[in-house]
Amino acid sequence: MNTLKTNGTKILLVDDDTDFLVQNEFRFQAEGYAVRTATNMEIARKAFSEHNPDVVVLDLMMEEKDAGIVLSHHFRREKPSLPIVMVTGITRETGMIIDSSNTEERSWLKANKILPKPIRFEQLKREVEILLAAK
Amino acid sequence: MTRETLRLLMIDDEPILYHGVKRVLEAHVVYLEDIDFHVSFEMSWKGSGEEGLACIAEATPDFVFLDYKLPGMSGLDVLNRLRLSNKDLLIVMVTAFASLDTAVKATKLGAFDFLSKPFTPDEIRYVVKKIAHQIILSKRARLAEEEKRQIRFQFLSVLAHELKAPLNAIEGYLDILKDGEEGQKRMMIDRSLLRLDGMRKLIFDLLDLTRIESGQKKREVVRLNAMDIIQRTTETVAPLCQEKGVKITLPEHNVFEIMADAGEFEIICNNLISNAVKYNNDNGNVYVNVVRLGNEIVFSVKDTGIGLTLEESGKLFGEFVRIRNEKTMNVMGSGLGLSTVRKLARLNGGDVQVKSVFGEGSEFIVTLKESVQLGEN
Repeated sequence: MNTLKTNGTKILLVDDDTDFLVQNEFRFQAEGYAVRTATNMEIARKAFSEHNPDVVVLDLMMEEKDAGIVLSHHFRREKPSLPIVMVTGITRETGMIIDSSNTEERSWLKANKILPKPIRFEQLKREVEILLAAK
Repeated sequence: MTRETLRLLMIDDEPILYHGVKRVLEAHVVYLEDIDFHVSFEMSWKGSGEEGLACIAEATPDFVFLDYKLPGMSGLDVLNRLRLSNKDLLIVMVTAFASLDTAVKATKLGAFDFLSKPFTPDEIRYVVKKIAHQIILSKRARLAEEEKRQIRFQFLSVLAHELKAPLNAIEGYLDILKDGEEGQKRMMIDRSLLRLDGMRKLIFDLLDLTRIESGQKKREVVRLNAMDIIQRTTETVAPLCQEKGVKITLPEHNVFEIMADAGEFEIICNNLISNAVKYNNDNGNVYVNVVRLGNEIVFSVKDTGIGLTLEESGKLFGEFVRIRNEKTMNVMGSGLGLSTVRKLARLNGGDVQVKSVFGEGSEFIVTLKESVQLGEN
């Protein structure tokens, strides 16, 4: 799989759901991305500073409850132009609705886009590409 | 709670009789020794069957003293009307002509007991004690049963939720593995995906079923346009119809109003129409119809599909029953859909039946009783 040509884009995937990471790592690699994954806050911070990603996909709720928000604020501070896609099953699990078209919520969460889980790879890829193209 | 007040409605054209009963029961407390429970009574009176029914429609009492001989509507008519309305109340017939014939008729119509005129205070106290015992015990049993069903439903909701996550993960992996695979291996992956889909359907159907059984889903019987729901269902199966070249013919009317719970009717439509498409032959037909016969709604879905043998038709409505043969091999079902349809039909005072010719097609006919409005003639 590593023989695939890369398109040079570096992506960091952060989620405590291993299946989400394994599947999306495979598919982003197949699309030519250089992928790093992280399952918790500590690994994510480390991966971020080593990998210097061009785009981040971040789960809002992980085992450390507010890890997603803490990380997005951290990443934004380190790299203000970084596009962040936040994925979350929070609506499915709690009924709480996070409105991605609401500027205030996006800026509070420090995310450019908020997407509900489960999400199809094609949709995730499309959103990532849109954000990268707008950079 | 060890104390409760039961509401008694007396329907009798002689107010004096009511005052007599009232005097006896006003300050009377029944003590139920076996469950250490005190019951007192609250009474009201109506002078005719019509007024009585209107009063019951507004607020159902716990039990009724119903005079056999009333001006206008007779006691038996009232009894019959109450039986049809499925109201949860006990009825004591009050009659001066305590003939065996009357007793048999009234018992058949669901009367709980008799009081023959003239009656003594002791007789009244004896009857209400029997009634209090019956009502309190059945209330308790119902509460316990209700609690059990709630627990079952909550357990299953959590279970269903927990099962969905691994299913999604497995589906994701299979989707990846499928790419670039051909021949037998590809066929096996496709079949795995099909089975997954079936399992997901099973989980949803299981939830539907327990939701109905637990009473978790509040029933809201309203006037609704059945055609809206039928059309919506048809749209959801449209992709499958296109794939198989199946044509669905709907009734010509655009509006068909019925009294029903929208969610329940939708589950019925969904199951029957999607079955009619799934178990159809390529380029087959599905005919959907809804008509009114008396106070019944008859909803039917007919297909030109694989049909059923007599034996298959017989067991079709049980839980987890799936008809297995080479024609149903590629159809994923949970085996719960039709048993849910039957539960819902029966909940609505109706039923479901199937007419089928093996190899030619099946017709499923659901009857639903529109709830009888009390106090309306």
